[in-house]
Amino acid sequence: MFLADVVGTVVTPVQIPELDGEILLILRPVLPDGTPTSKTRIAVDRAQAGVGDRVIVLDEGNGGRQIVGNPRAAIKTVVVGVVDYIEQGDKLTYDHRTAPTPSPLD
Amino acid sequence: MYLARVLGRVVASHIYPGLDNVNLQWIQPLDERGQDQGDALVACAAISSGPGDFVTFVDGREGAMALPETFVPVDAAIIGFIEEATVLGQVIDREPYISAARGAN
Amino acid sequence: MLIGQVVGSVVATQKDEKLAERKLLLVQVHDLNNKPKDQYVVAVDSVGAGPHDMVLYATGSSARQTDITDGRPCDAVVMAVVDSWDLGGENVYEKWS
Repeated sequence: MFLADVVGTVVTPVQIPELDGEILLILRPVLPDGTPTSKTRIAVDRAQAGVGDRVIVLDEGNGGRQIVGNPRAAIKTVVVGVVDYIEQGDKLTYDHRTAPTPSPLD
Repeated sequence: MYLARVLGRVVASHIYPGLDNVNLQWIQPLDERGQDQGDALVACAAISSGPGDFVTFVDGREGAMALPETFVPVDAAIIGFIEEATVLGQVIDREPYISAARGAN
Repeated sequence: MLIGQVVGSVVATQKDEKLAERKLLLVQVHDLNNKPKDQYVVAVDSVGAGPHDMVLYATGSSARQTDITDGRPCDAVVMAVVDSWDLGGENVYEKWS
């Protein structure tokens, strides 16, 4: 699993049936300090996350299918948790209550 | 799963059994700004997408699971057509993809 | 999947017994404009591709989802022979031209 900031949403009126009724989020994978790390991802939301939240993302097919409860679903990336805070040693590197909304990439 | 735009079509009449009626399309992965991210690849279309469309795709073995026949050697599949994507309050502009797909015509 | 050209075959007498009787192709990867890249892949053939054919190959665990590679040590498989492709309405590659 990895950390990501939710930066957006997508509307997909035409999609595979397994995705019907699911909310899809646009994610920016980040380091604990908020530095973007890897490629932009799309994920199924299973944690009632919203834009601006830092989330825990599962990017593995078997686990993703277990969460959506369909062993045949072509689903891989799932948001499984909203981060409250991140501690590194005795330092608080992220706090959901005070974290600013992610800024657009240059 | 990732964002992408559809660039073009690939025709392959001699293909692994079970993929005969599946459309193959070149797609270009995109980042959250709607700009190209990484190299283009060929994906199977599990929905009826076409050049210029803004889509979501899944890579790895899950790509095969989106298709009618799931035991096939497919590592990328288009699984959704995006009507609108909003990033931090801004809607990603699809017009450049549509004009690029229109090309010389 | 990515597109490449079959530039040769690879013969290995000493190999894992599960790869016995599997044809190994040497594929040079091409980009979407049909320009050869400095990147080569050894892939198991599942469709009967031959020299100079433009082919599509799948990688990773998907490559084991064919009857001839199922449960075998293989992470790239040629799964189609490409006839043509177009980009933005313009034909880029045509096999029979």
